[in-house]
Amino acid sequence: MNASIRPDGKDDRLPSPARRRFLIGAVGTGFVMAFADASQILPGTPEQAIAEKVYDPALWFRIDSNGVVTVNVIRAEMGQHVGTALARIVADELEANWADVRIEHVDTDPKWGLMVTGGSWSVWQSFPLLSQAGAAGRIALVEEGAKLLGVAPDACVARDSVVRAGARSISYADIVKRGNLSRSYSAEALKAMPVKPVSERRLIGVDTQAIDIPGKTDGTAVYGIDAHVDGMVYARPKIPPTRNGSKVVSVDDSAAKTVKGYLSCATLDDPSGTVPGWVMVFADSTHAAIKAADRVKVTWQNDDTAGVSERNLLDHAAKLIGDASAGATVVNDAGVDEAFAKAASTLQQDYTTASVLHFQLEPVNATALQKNGIWEIHTGNQWQSLILPTLAKALGVGEDKVVMRTYLLGGGFGRRLNGDYAVPAALASKALGKPVKMICTRADDVRFDSFRSPSLQRLRMGFDAAGKVVAMQHDACAGWPTQVMVPSFMPKGKNDRPYDPFAIAGADHWYNVGAHRVRAISNDLANRAFRPGWLRSVGPGWTNWALECFIDEAAHKQGVDPLTFRLNLLDASGGNAGSAPNAVGGAKRQAAVLRRVAEMAGWGNALPQDTGLGIATSFGQERDMPTWVTCVARVRANRTTGVVKVEKLFLVADAGTIVHPDGALAQMEGAALWGLSMALHEGTQFEDGQVRDTNLNTYTPLRIGDVPDLQIEFVASTEAAVGLGEPATTVVAPAVGNAIFAATGVRLRHIPMRPQALLDALKKPAGPS
Amino acid sequence: MSQFQLNGRPVSVEAEDDTPLLWAIRDDLKLTGTKFGCGIGFCGACTVHLNGRAIRSCITPVGAVAGQHVTTIEGLQPAGQHPLQKAWVAAQAPQCGYCQPGQIMQAATLLADFPNPTDAQIDAVMAGSLCRCMAYVRIRKAIRLAAAEMRAAAQPATEGARP
Repeated sequence: MNASIRPDGKDDRLPSPARRRFLIGAVGTGFVMAFADASQILPGTPEQAIAEKVYDPALWFRIDSNGVVTVNVIRAEMGQHVGTALARIVADELEANWADVRIEHVDTDPKWGLMVTGGSWSVWQSFPLLSQAGAAGRIALVEEGAKLLGVAPDACVARDSVVRAGARSISYADIVKRGNLSRSYSAEALKAMPVKPVSERRLIGVDTQAIDIPGKTDGTAVYGIDAHVDGMVYARPKIPPTRNGSKVVSVDDSAAKTVKGYLSCATLDDPSGTVPGWVMVFADSTHAAIKAADRVKVTWQNDDTAGVSERNLLDHAAKLIGDASAGATVVNDAGVDEAFAKAASTLQQDYTTASVLHFQLEPVNATALQKNGIWEIHTGNQWQSLILPTLAKALGVGEDKVVMRTYLLGGGFGRRLNGDYAVPAALASKALGKPVKMICTRADDVRFDSFRSPSLQRLRMGFDAAGKVVAMQHDACAGWPTQVMVPSFMPKGKNDRPYDPFAIAGADHWYNVGAHRVRAISNDLANRAFRPGWLRSVGPGWTNWALECFIDEAAHKQGVDPLTFRLNLLDASGGNAGSAPNAVGGAKRQAAVLRRVAEMAGWGNALPQDTGLGIATSFGQERDMPTWVTCVARVRANRTTGVVKVEKLFLVADAGTIVHPDGALAQMEGAALWGLSMALHEGTQFEDGQVRDTNLNTYTPLRIGDVPDLQIEFVASTEAAVGLGEPATTVVAPAVGNAIFAATGVRLRHIPMRPQALLDALKKPAGPS
Repeated sequence: MSQFQLNGRPVSVEAEDDTPLLWAIRDDLKLTGTKFGCGIGFCGACTVHLNGRAIRSCITPVGAVAGQHVTTIEGLQPAGQHPLQKAWVAAQAPQCGYCQPGQIMQAATLLADFPNPTDAQIDAVMAGSLCRCMAYVRIRKAIRLAAAEMRAAAQPATEGARP
């Protein structure tokens, strides 16, 4: 599973430098440096090629006559300081002075190619090409600088935006002003320009302040909700009782007419089918729109999903898992059933996870208008390429008639991968013939959330007479975001059935367990009853909960220390040996982070009563780009109240090369605390077609006082840079669950782990679970 | 119509008295640094100062602040160089940043009451400010940095100048 499939079937992986040529062309008072497809015929000079945009716009930067380097960033900024990390990669190879580097988050344009920010992919995908682009730019600057200095290029050294030859030097700014950088390098020439050795890196791996931060401390940062266009009308939706199956029967706005500023309301006609049953309430201010919408009465006709609740979803999942013929086999080694049949003993357990809300702090919103025949959608979004075709369909125009203006995201966490919220704003603007700013209240946002589906998983392991693991099966059933929103993204399993790769990743682990089967099952009732969403870490958020608790249970069953048990299975043999470029070392690296975290946490040392250590590990998001991560949680359980206090989390990650260490640490901190929040503090229930909790009075994410001590370490590495936005999310819940077992002997198999669940379990007589 | 002082300047808004101060500030007065998060006073993103103390502007009617002093993040320090803002940058506290104006306004009141806050005091006063990115480790660090700078600045300058 990877990012190589687009909805339209084209390859979206950023192409390798081998298929690229490099262009430098004069534009205005500076030069643009960009890749172009090597197979493409260029229209004349590099200038013409640049002017006609015959280059890969996803990867370019420009340098102006003041020496200012501006790096184009197609990724959304949602807290990960992504522009800083990406610009550091270019600037390091370019030998640019960091103080002269700027970033520019661009609006959508078909020329950009795929625009998506998710999957912890940004740095991993961009690193090789950004390096190559920076290197090519440096070589051109050195060549031209040498010419201006009247020396040979190999007598020159570039550093801090200056080319030096002995005592003589010329700045990049002067080279741009006086030289002619216009060039076109072939793919072969590019190949002959290797990127710098690791020892020559000056910015990568060195801390810096993130470019986006100052504006986030003084009120000047502009988010989608801050968009303002002249003449805009404010709108608030009436969210229907079910996500997919409600139809408007009647609308009565008589009570809204007394609200000062109320204008009108409209039932949205949505050819794209994104927001069935929506009514939009218009007013001349946010406040009036909110107040008026409260008073507009809509009668809906609902489908059967209006009666669906969490219990129904999990019962349905149990039925599906019980049917051996259901689902897609993602891993299916030969001889799984035989190995189980011959096993001397087996272990089987079920695990569940509750519905989880994104609750990104900026409620979804969008401002839409038509100007000069082009629809402008102003909103923060993570996957513009996914929603643009839907917007075009909804508006009845070609994709080239829709542009998405880029804003900061007041939290992404996967919510804004699904751009459904842009559609009603566009439809409302079309219906009204005016610019419309759609605001959702918090409850509107939550009821419209594409939340994380509840899940049910069944894990089974077989052991031979000597206690060796000989077979494993992992069945996971949940709503599938990818099936609902982008089915063409789904690869086929071993049994030729399509599956959501993001909803099962994590189960295809690096443990050697003998004959292994992984079965991914779509919860079709969930897919109908709501729109399952990608939520930070997606599938591994539940698969790794089940896997790492189960591995712990297996270790205890066999009477083996859980750390030792894991290390024995992570022998890096066979298919788990790993391979270049992303997974060099394979399971050995996972074993290494386990050993290190155990050492940090004092694994095996005596602890006070009712205190325990739990360990869990993961390879992050995908086998294709493993981020080796592990966590030890130290918890103290209160047997009277059931409250579990997490005293400390120890985390170690091997994410290969770390581009921006402080940014990487921030991602680890946030991801680990997200994991803890979902383990103990969050979680809701689907009830009668809606989520039960719609605001912070009952939905209770982790707050500052709940934060344990954190000790986080990265493995020093020069291997390929992989992702960091999500991996730490998935190790915390199982580490806490395993620690609760160590502290109390109670095994909890559902997240969130509430105090009542622990109390109930403590009251049960001891015995086999 | 309400009249009040916003960041030291007199303003008047046409909005009805029951309009939350938040929307008067954002929609009518066009200062968007103050954010909308929950609308029920539980997240703190909308925190501003009323007569120098943190309040939740999403549940404060604009009519209730008539004649009083309201300060938003834009007015905390005109150049954005309040010790808290500098500390927020030094600690690299913001991730998405959406909650941070509210966090900073709340922290200003925290430090007014507790110039050298304990962890428990930070927990208690900042409990109402949700950071969904969970940048709490750095928020705590930034509060401590700012507190130290503000205490140092408050020391009598004569100390080092004694004969």
